[in-house]
Amino acid sequence: MAKIQIPTPLRQYTNKRESIEIKASTVGDALSGLLAKHPDLRRHLYTEDGKLRAFVNVYLNDEDIRYLQKEATTIKDSDNISIVPSIAGGARQ
Amino acid sequence: MLKIDKSHYEALRCHGEETYPYECCGVLLGTMNGEQRIVTSTARCGNTRDDSPHNRYHIDPRELVRIQREGRERGEDIVGFYHSHPDHPARWSPTDLAEAHWFSCSYVITSVAKGKAEVTNSFELSGSDEADKKFVDEKIEIGELESKPQGRAS
Ligand SMILES: [Zn+2]
Repeated sequence: MAKIQIPTPLRQYTNKRESIEIKASTVGDALSGLLAKHPDLRRHLYTEDGKLRAFVNVYLNDEDIRYLQKEATTIKDSDNISIVPSIAGGARQ
Repeated sequence: MLKIDKSHYEALRCHGEETYPYECCGVLLGTMNGEQRIVTSTARCGNTRDDSPHNRYHIDPRELVRIQREGRERGEDIVGFYHSHPDHPARWSPTDLAEAHWFSCSYVITSVAKGKAEVTNSFELSGSDEADKKFVDEKIEIGELESKPQGRAS
């Protein structure tokens, strides 16, 4: 089963679990499986029209899925999917 | 509250002096203990905002994935982030808030004036989602390095 790593701020929606194992063949299936188990995560990952939020990065091992086949990217059992909200800012507007 | 060793505290302030007049950025790793975040290591990151590094920062998520993985192997979680404000106060800006998404984590800001680190403040990102998020001032408790017992075989 592939493993989805949950970042610290989202663990309040996964019963404090830091990773969730999901049987899935694509990244999209894995994320759907995650949301089926932990529905409260949905609004933190997706916009109301069902798109991944712009600041939510999803990595398959060390690759951004935006540069693979996005949610259609196929996965293997040994894969690690990481959900990483972005880190940015600046002193002035 | 953020608990941090003096060595890690000095390291993140030094980082801001080294990158001056550009913003530095990095990750705080450790453990969450209720309302307390205890820092046990820091990781320096590159600032990818080459277009405006004096007043913007961004950490490559690929670097975050690696830092998160290496932390996990040591039993550490990401508990916060730090960055510097070159010639600007150590207060969060509207951009800092708009771009903050790690709830219940600490965002540490150091003002660096003319190359010298001045004030360091920490803010917890509180709230439950993008609509109600806000930064709340938090206390930084600076500890001394815990001295390990010496001269005794265990
Ligand atoms: Zn800032």
